[in-house]
Amino acid sequence: MKGRLRRAESVKEDASAQSKGLGVRGRTSMLALPFSVYMVIFIAAPLLLIVLYSVCVDPPGDMSFTLEHFRRFFDFENPIYLQVLWRSFYIAVISTAICLLIGYPMAYILSRMKPTVRNILSVLFILPMWMNFLLRTYAWMSLLENTGLINTALEAMGLPAINIMYTQWAVVLGNVYNFLPFMILPIYNTLVKIDPAVVEAAQDLGASGRKVFRKIILPLSVPGVMSGISMTFMPAITTFVISKLLGGGQYTLIGDLIDKQYKVTGDWGFGSAMSVIIMVMILISMNLMPSSSKDQGGGLL
Amino acid sequence: MMKARRALALLFAIVMVVTMFSGCAKDDPNKRTLSVFNWGDYIDEEVLQMFEEETGIEVIYSMYETNEDLYTKITSPGGDSYDVIFPSEYIIERLINEGLLAEINYENIPNMELIDEKYKDLSFDPENKYSVPYMWGTVGIVYNKTLVSTEIDSWYDLWDPTYERNLFMMDSMRDSIGVALKMLGYSMNTRNMDEIDEAIAKLKEQKSLVLAYTGDEVKDKMIAGEAAMAVLYSGDAATVIDQNPDLGYVVPVEGSNIWFDNMCILSTSQHKTEAEEFINFMCRTDIAEMNRAYINYSSPQREVYENLPDEVKADPVQYPSDEIYSHCEVYEDLGDYTQIYDQLWTEVIAS
Repeated sequence: MKGRLRRAESVKEDASAQSKGLGVRGRTSMLALPFSVYMVIFIAAPLLLIVLYSVCVDPPGDMSFTLEHFRRFFDFENPIYLQVLWRSFYIAVISTAICLLIGYPMAYILSRMKPTVRNILSVLFILPMWMNFLLRTYAWMSLLENTGLINTALEAMGLPAINIMYTQWAVVLGNVYNFLPFMILPIYNTLVKIDPAVVEAAQDLGASGRKVFRKIILPLSVPGVMSGISMTFMPAITTFVISKLLGGGQYTLIGDLIDKQYKVTGDWGFGSAMSVIIMVMILISMNLMPSSSKDQGGGLL
Repeated sequence: MMKARRALALLFAIVMVVTMFSGCAKDDPNKRTLSVFNWGDYIDEEVLQMFEEETGIEVIYSMYETNEDLYTKITSPGGDSYDVIFPSEYIIERLINEGLLAEINYENIPNMELIDEKYKDLSFDPENKYSVPYMWGTVGIVYNKTLVSTEIDSWYDLWDPTYERNLFMMDSMRDSIGVALKMLGYSMNTRNMDEIDEAIAKLKEQKSLVLAYTGDEVKDKMIAGEAAMAVLYSGDAATVIDQNPDLGYVVPVEGSNIWFDNMCILSTSQHKTEAEEFINFMCRTDIAEMNRAYINYSSPQREVYENLPDEVKADPVQYPSDEIYSHCEVYEDLGDYTQIYDQLWTEVIAS
């Protein structure tokens, strides 16, 4: 979210710089009007509506004020929903950590390659994203099942089957698989932008390979890492398709609960309250991260 | 280059503005359309094409997964408008009480007389003012004969630790709570909080034995032999047994749910005549038979039943004996208790 805001700011700066140069400030702000209207209708208004609904008895029918939905969520005697929230947070942290552990070396290796090769490879990383997200997750379902491809193959080789379908590990796997490109690409992007002269200077001054990495490359790639973390953590903590298909109701996350309140039970008030809670939580955790102001890493996607 | 970029920006701006107004367009008054909202996988879609060809009415077809899903969609403000829907009895009862269904003009549905008397004038709509029977069936257990070691005939078998992580339950509030209530010997429509709490405790206790809570996808899983047992509707059971002869279906001895899905017209419908034409078409013998053959549920249409081969008529999965029939209970609308059931089911899923 922060990355997006920052991007919007820089776009604004560019635009105003341009308009100063051209002396047509009025015309450019007119051109921005559809965008502002679009933002108000499709981003600001729904957000306000969710906040409003979260404190109403039975929106949109009964709009009288209540805090009952929040009380139901924060019921410490029977902390079912808090457990779900904790579970979602835990899953998101694990998934993000695994993405980082796999993604950073991948991005690093990628950035060391010849430009022609790495361009092709980075397209290959994005390639799976051209296929629908839902289909990719369904595919994992038929891979992981007891009678699925992986277990059939393992059994044919006389190896023990792995039964991770409908457990938290299936959900983690789904998250890592789906969100890994969002980790690799921002890191890769900052790594290729590091001026080779800086690295050479360090080597000239006698730094070992390891020291160059620790003192030069790693610190310079922090903005990419931060933007990678937020781009994997956010979808991971709010996912509901992955946990529904690969968790099968055995591993319910906050996203599933919200989805259910809207689509099945029709309890929009409770659904909105949970949405507000998760939004606040994301905002807090994003702000807790060491801020890497003025990063250039988030710009890729 | 700069020009091209500006042109592109302008184009996007225009697209954004224009798409904001999409959906405001008026229907072409000369074109007859009909919006049908049905359960997933619950019709032979060729039938829709035949209807369009015969009548020139364009059908907009969409699907839902559970009764609750349907109810939420049609009652949310700003939702899509539908003409014909296929709710089950307790939702029909609720929709009638809330004045959301239109009275049906049977002059336009002469084929109503082909529906067996047995399925007319049921308690949820005593004079069939609002609903025309489409299909009926029971809820029971589908089991894989190669994977079970005991005889399956009771809901308690779903609580047998032998089958840990080897059974599927439905992700459907009424059906799953109903299973637990019926097992304990209570009514599936109970409003006694002690009985409800006991059933919920049972369901929470069962959770570690359940492999997953599923929707329609469970059919493929049972065919593949993914688990030993699953709670399924009778018609789905007939479908999976057709494709995997190792599977069997039983309505447990404690009794079960018997349900009726009917066709109804929403009171907000702008296409009532078209809707009646459609319902009449669906009751026609050849069409009702196509649907029955495709989805394998039990048809309330008399001629369809009479034309069935004897082995299907004798098949206890699709046409249960009168004894099983008498053990079964029809869901009633729970009124205020719907919310309580909903919240407790959410707790089971969240726990």
